[in-house]
Amino acid sequence: MDLVQLQRQLVEYRTSLYHEGFLDEQYTQLQELQDENNPDFVVEVVSLFFEDSERLLNELTKALEQQSIDFKRVDAHVHQLKGSSSSIGAQRVQKVCIAFRNYCEEQNVEGCLKCLQQVRHEYSLVKTKLESMFQLEQQILSAGGSIPM
Amino acid sequence: MVLLESGFSSPRNDVFPAGLRVLVVDDDPTWLKILEKMLKKCSYEVTTCGLARDALNLLRERKDGYDIVISDVNMPDMDGFKLLEHVGLEMDLPVIMMSVDGETSRVMKGVQHGACDYLLKPIRMKELRNIWQHVFRKKIHEVRDIESLEGIESIQMTRSGCDLFDDGHFLGGDDTTSGRKRKDADNKHEDRDLSDPSSTKKARVIWTVDLHQKFVKAVNQIGFDKVGPKKILDLMNIPRLTRENVASHLQKYRLYLSRLQKESDIKNSFIGMKHSDPPNNSTASFGLHKPSNTMPDDVLNGTYSFPVNNSLVQTVDVKGQGDRHGIASVPVAEPKGALSKDIPDSHKTKSSQMSFDHYSLGSAASGVSFASFGSTTQARYSWTEIPEIQSKVEYEPVQPENGFNQLPLPEPSMIEKEVNRSRTEVKPLFDEYRSNLVGHSSPADLVDLFPGQSKNQTLKNQVFDPISATKSSIKTKDISQNCLADSEFAKRNLNAAGREVTLASLPEDLQIFWLQGDGYPMNIALQNFDFPEYNDPALIDETPFYSYDAPRLDHEHLFDPTEYYAIDQGLFV
Repeated sequence: MDLVQLQRQLVEYRTSLYHEGFLDEQYTQLQELQDENNPDFVVEVVSLFFEDSERLLNELTKALEQQSIDFKRVDAHVHQLKGSSSSIGAQRVQKVCIAFRNYCEEQNVEGCLKCLQQVRHEYSLVKTKLESMFQLEQQILSAGGSIPM
Repeated sequence: MVLLESGFSSPRNDVFPAGLRVLVVDDDPTWLKILEKMLKKCSYEVTTCGLARDALNLLRERKDGYDIVISDVNMPDMDGFKLLEHVGLEMDLPVIMMSVDGETSRVMKGVQHGACDYLLKPIRMKELRNIWQHVFRKKIHEVRDIESLEGIESIQMTRSGCDLFDDGHFLGGDDTTSGRKRKDADNKHEDRDLSDPSSTKKARVIWTVDLHQKFVKAVNQIGFDKVGPKKILDLMNIPRLTRENVASHLQKYRLYLSRLQKESDIKNSFIGMKHSDPPNNSTASFGLHKPSNTMPDDVLNGTYSFPVNNSLVQTVDVKGQGDRHGIASVPVAEPKGALSKDIPDSHKTKSSQMSFDHYSLGSAASGVSFASFGSTTQARYSWTEIPEIQSKVEYEPVQPENGFNQLPLPEPSMIEKEVNRSRTEVKPLFDEYRSNLVGHSSPADLVDLFPGQSKNQTLKNQVFDPISATKSSIKTKDISQNCLADSEFAKRNLNAAGREVTLASLPEDLQIFWLQGDGYPMNIALQNFDFPEYNDPALIDETPFYSYDAPRLDHEHLFDPTEYYAIDQGLFV
């Protein structure tokens, strides 16, 4: 694929992510923050997000496996995950977190477990998609081109 | 997270807000990185912190190393609100809270704890670009306070307590030397207040009776000669109290004491009056106890009996609850003129004392339903004599919206007499205040005055800020300081001399009272001091001050010092 094609593909892909709610305005903000001083800013931030999210998901799984579930603790983790996902604009993850918190408040185990499953799913989806997008960007850069906004 | 050391340089004032030194605290690594980048884009100097404890350490290491703190609300090691409190108290820096949770209750909590802003995540660049306004605002307030303080001091130095009130300008701000104080109390005051960007009110510390007592205790512990704001602050160990607050208060206290000294001579003659205590009337009466020899009982009663005065005073006192300290000072100054008018001569002499009392009462009662003036309060606040002083402040049946509601201003009739006089004098001031207060003296503010509301302290303090801020935020500060000083005096067996001082300083404070909106000069003073300590439940409950025994007693102590030589200093102790 030539450079122009790659660039077009990237733009289309990115646009679809926005349309499907995987990313929102915040992601655009991140891109705008990137500059010569921090050429890899977005990738770095997203990597941090991945790390933190995985940690939180593990904590959540553990917390919900307990005999006697500490909902406050679960809620705290979900809250953190919500904040984290809002940082890069992972909208779908964030939405599940909101529902998740409601179940926590109700101390609804079933609901919480369901949400955990959902949030794991959404997270892995957005992770895969972002990684694909980064790959495309890398290809463009390697081909000597620039990333279209 | 990553702790990035900044150079801890001084802010680049020349290109402000560029170079603004920001400390960001957030346990979320992603946000921390993003915020850092965003702030750098604003040309700010950024330091990041992943833990609240680390942040506090950083701040403590370099007290002047940062201009503003931005912190997330939810953090694992420490509640963001707690950090907020610490920062406000120890460093007195503006703090912005952040959270992905925008629930009104959370936001309100943030404001209550002193946050100057609450941002919702995701945060946008434009929101961060403007954070410098909080730094700027605080600076303005500080300058103002300092000026106030200086003004008051100069006034006190140059005038005796009587003088101050002679003009009827209770504000006493008029100090020819300082110049700052209004030459024309009313005018100045007004100008000052009006010009004060009420929007940027600093959180004022309300020197409630309790707080003042702590202050006095600390001072005594350290040794009056060796005392210094820092030492006092450390000893007092009150969250959110700043060194500046203490310094300002100490200044007033000193003035108050010196004034009491001066008055002691006068008082000696009155010592007979020792006011055992406001027996039924109220602790306030304590203040009245003053030596008013002429009216030993009368005096006491007078306070009560001065319906007019009392009521006036009362209102004032009540307001000044926190300010008791300050109030004490106020009454002293004022009494001379104001009281004398309405009150029998005996009062006059006492007035100064009374005024002091008034203040003390005021402070104690500040939150207290001074409003109750109408009835029993009158008795209590024999101090009301202060009305004289207050006169500056329009004696309006102060019905503080908030806390002051308790003060059912005594029926105007009672106050009429006393008030009339003071009214006229006060009126101008009051009007000024009113205008200033209007926006500010929200009920919430009033509430603050009442010490009883411990839990609402934070909120109250905040509330009060506007009030005090409106009028003479600075003044309040001074006054409060004075007030406290006064009480201190009382405690310390200071002579009337102190009182004079306090009164003098009151001018400014008085203005503050006005802030209360009630027009009670006293209140103003009291008001200024956000009475964080006013947890006086009684006050809050709108029960007359009387019911609030605790504060009253304090109050008595506070005020009495100079005023009531008769009264044992020990009482205050």
